[in-house]
Amino acid sequence: MSISLNGSVGRGDFERSFNFTIADGEVLAITGPNGSGKSTVIHTIAGLIPLRSGHLESDGAMWDAPDSQQWIAPENRTCAVVFQDLRLFPHMNVMSNVAYGLRAHGVAKDEAIERSQKLLTRVGLASFEKRLPSDLSGGERQRAALARALVMKPRLLLLDEPLSSVDTTSRAALRELLPEVLGSFGGATILVTHDLGDVEAVATRSLGLN
Amino acid sequence: MKFQRVSPALQVAAFIAALFVALPLLSIFVRVPWSDLGEMLSQKSTREALLISLQTSIIAALISCLFGVPLAWLLARSDSRGLSALRVVCITPMVLPPVVGGIALLTAFGRQGIVGQYLYDWFNISLPFTRTAVVMAQVFVAMPFLVLAVEAAFRQSDWGLEDAARTMGASPSRVFFTIAIPAARPAIIAGIALAWARSLGEFGASITFAGSFPGRTQTLPMAVYELVSVDYRLSLVLSLVLIFISLAVLAAMRDRWMAAR
Repeated sequence: MSISLNGSVGRGDFERSFNFTIADGEVLAITGPNGSGKSTVIHTIAGLIPLRSGHLESDGAMWDAPDSQQWIAPENRTCAVVFQDLRLFPHMNVMSNVAYGLRAHGVAKDEAIERSQKLLTRVGLASFEKRLPSDLSGGERQRAALARALVMKPRLLLLDEPLSSVDTTSRAALRELLPEVLGSFGGATILVTHDLGDVEAVATRSLGLN
Repeated sequence: MKFQRVSPALQVAAFIAALFVALPLLSIFVRVPWSDLGEMLSQKSTREALLISLQTSIIAALISCLFGVPLAWLLARSDSRGLSALRVVCITPMVLPPVVGGIALLTAFGRQGIVGQYLYDWFNISLPFTRTAVVMAQVFVAMPFLVLAVEAAFRQSDWGLEDAARTMGASPSRVFFTIAIPAARPAIIAGIALAWARSLGEFGASITFAGSFPGRTQTLPMAVYELVSVDYRLSLVLSLVLIFISLAVLAAMRDRWMAAR
């Protein structure tokens, strides 16, 4: 799988051009200060913001090309997102959060639970299945969001500041966990961060924004 | 209690306002023939009107929910210009004199009505002056209350969660049922209670479109109206029943409607 973005993204008055291709197994870190368009590119690839111009392509399938009016809805793109603010569903417990995407894709309930349990075990949340997101610590919430994205076996994983909202101890633990789970999932990853420590810990290459 | 300085003149004005609302309600309590209450409540006509009121208002509240919640969702999540006009049309019954609503329903669904004539000619269905007409009149006046309450909740709910669900493969309808509805649940429950209370008190549109036939279409408010000149004491008792039901709705929804302290 490869995904390529050649075009400009933006919201309101903000606009920025990107040109990159990323292949399976790669972890591309996009770094830059606040307001440099890091999150916007994640939201654009996920289909939550339309591309301003150019094209976004995945394995030859056009996801977004405003000039030719091609557009694939977010629910039909083979990518998963860990949002900066996580966006765990507050009314669902950890298991329901993680299994949500599988169920939405028509996976049978038993299989969805089994796959979710495996992932939760892998990120160290095996005994947290029944808890609500509000009953978790920052680091635990982060792990739950990561499990929720990985359980989909996405071809492309989009991580938006995945370590920004956790304390130092959790951050160290997650920096150890991330390369491990990213190495074994096999797809491509785009990591957006302002922390060069994150880049060193996980990225295979990086793209700096001013 | 918070320290507040309210001038004596304002206190007097406030007292007059409160008294103006409370006095008529208290008067009913004073004048109700308490000793004959049981006997009057068990009269056939009373029971029938109460039953019809409860039956039609509950059905009307449920129908308002079934169709009003999707309408609220559409109004909250679509930014098309035409929808602003649709919103105005949909909430018009809130400010329309109910009797005009009744005339409008007759014009649309009466036997000679724009839709009603075909219903009658093709299917032999005549809606006016039936219990279905009572429900239709109640939905017409009550649904806008639910739509407004629920639309406000949908607008305030977190779009980010809906976006997250979509990136996880959820179709728009799955997002609606699994993310938007649970987030708006308190408003939906309040909307149903509001629509039910409004349906229960409905009078003008119902009596115009459905008539006041005891045992068939006569609801409690219609019975109260007709009894005022015939049996005033009984009309007081029925009014008391309606007051108690209204107070019960208010009590159940107190967290939502009472001022936060």
